[in-house]
Amino acid sequence: MDKLRLQQIANEVRKGIIEGVHSAKAGHPGGSLSAADVFTYLYFEEMNIDPKEPVMEERDRFVLSKGHNAPGFYSVLAQRGFFPVEDLKTLRHTGSYLQGHPDMKHIPGVDMSSGSLGQGISAAVGMALSAKMDNRSYRVYTLLGDGELEEGQVWEAAMFAGHRKLDNLVVIVDNNGLQIDGRIEDVCSPYPIDRKFEAFNFHVIRVADGNDFDQLKAAFDEARNTKGMPTAIVMKTVKGKGVSYMENNVSWHGKAPNDEEYAVAMEELEKAGEALCQR
Amino acid sequence: MSEVKKIATRESYGNALVELGEKFENVVVLDADLANATKTDKFKKAFPERHIDCGIAEGNMMGIAAGLSTTGKVPFASTFAMFAAGRAFEQVRNSIGYPHLNVKIGATHAGISVGEDGATHQCNEDLALMRAIPGMVVINPSDDVEARAAVKAAYFHEGPVYLRFGRLAVPVINDYPDYCFEVGKGVKLREGSDVTVIATGLCVSHALEAAERLAAEGIEAQVINIHTIKPLDEELVIKAARETGKVVTVEEHSVIGGLGSAVCDVLCGQGVGKVRKLGIQDVFGESGPAAELIHKYGLDGEGIYRQVKEFVEAD
Repeated sequence: MDKLRLQQIANEVRKGIIEGVHSAKAGHPGGSLSAADVFTYLYFEEMNIDPKEPVMEERDRFVLSKGHNAPGFYSVLAQRGFFPVEDLKTLRHTGSYLQGHPDMKHIPGVDMSSGSLGQGISAAVGMALSAKMDNRSYRVYTLLGDGELEEGQVWEAAMFAGHRKLDNLVVIVDNNGLQIDGRIEDVCSPYPIDRKFEAFNFHVIRVADGNDFDQLKAAFDEARNTKGMPTAIVMKTVKGKGVSYMENNVSWHGKAPNDEEYAVAMEELEKAGEALCQR
Repeated sequence: MSEVKKIATRESYGNALVELGEKFENVVVLDADLANATKTDKFKKAFPERHIDCGIAEGNMMGIAAGLSTTGKVPFASTFAMFAAGRAFEQVRNSIGYPHLNVKIGATHAGISVGEDGATHQCNEDLALMRAIPGMVVINPSDDVEARAAVKAAYFHEGPVYLRFGRLAVPVINDYPDYCFEVGKGVKLREGSDVTVIATGLCVSHALEAAERLAAEGIEAQVINIHTIKPLDEELVIKAARETGKVVTVEEHSVIGGLGSAVCDVLCGQGVGKVRKLGIQDVFGESGPAAELIHKYGLDGEGIYRQVKEFVEAD
């Protein structure tokens, strides 16, 4: 798939994020938007999945360790055809299957329930280990927030993955630099993230712009060719990417736009979509 | 009288895992640097490629077990009860319980019978913690026969199971030909009309001993073994309370949240029975030889006898 098409899909994913959190009057748009491009790359380019057969045995697995970015995850699953895009408007509503955090029991395409930070990566490690034990060829991807790296369990999982040389595992860090209480370097700095993963026996790929599809492609191709150790892709991104007033603004970590803000965001995304069409 | 055979239920766990491993390829065993103590070292010797030592990282071990189970494996995640139910509580709750994954938790060294290691390692709260997780089956076997049967039953049960085992060698009491283990079914071991003693785990044999002593004094105690704390055999508990009025629960666990609480939860809705809960009375344990601690905390045959008698004779 060419870059322009991926950009167009990512723009639709962003619209779905805004639709979802606006309708829910709650949720986490900031990190969903920073990860919208990597979600799109994974589900439209990188992973071996089939929306018609969500639990296909040999599918690649994805675990959203930063589970609060469910709005972004659900939006890409809907765009990929796992369930109707229209359903995004039921996000977080009482009785909806689209729970506030990923729920594998009810949502097609969700390989692991998550939401409590630090836990998803361990489950991903278990899935990757299982493939190694049985000589199966599927790969496992897990997306972590940079603030999430403050959880000790992340490093327990990383130590195990490095020890077991799980080269079918790709840990992606969405380094948008912000967490609820402020800048990550002000709260409890996880930096240097790259050198930490190297110390845990990972092959580390630094991505200067994780909202750029060329750079994402280069990183995931390199990860695929990495043997004998797990890969960590540490990508710099912009929190709130695509909605001007949300970009790099920590207050949009976990709140929904009101009607007026919703209209502004959707207008910006419409215009971005039109600009992509005219290319 | 010949010497009664004694086996620690952690040994039974290790032996049963080997038997399961021989029959079923999808059985995998996880441990957190305690294989020699939890007795999963037997499985490790037999099936090294299916034994996964996660190092001293119990939270991560539960997550790895969860991930493995999504791919069709049946993991038995093993460590001390303190770390399985205590340290890793939230991983068990969110990564195993919430998605109702097919993970078995083998928790050894439960209760004060850990002995000399003392309070930090004596988990008297695990039944309460695990019982509170929706969909979690909680089993606390009383001896070797029951423990081995429970491990096998856990394998065949689809969903999360918490299995509680002890460090101390305990008498084999279920070694009879027609023994049958069924998840969620209590076992009436002795008839009696004056009082019901409902016990679990290593307290079952002590309850039987207490019943003998009570009988010698004309008090007939019905004795029930509850190996499955959740789901509780409500029918059996209610029937017993109707028959005898007074009910005594006995467990090597805090009186808050364990068997005693589970029994009270059932009976309070029925308006029958008066309950006394024997167990660890809202205190931490301490160091000492296991048998001495069990005696000190009133959970040996003598202690149970004394407290049941007092309860029966009171108004």
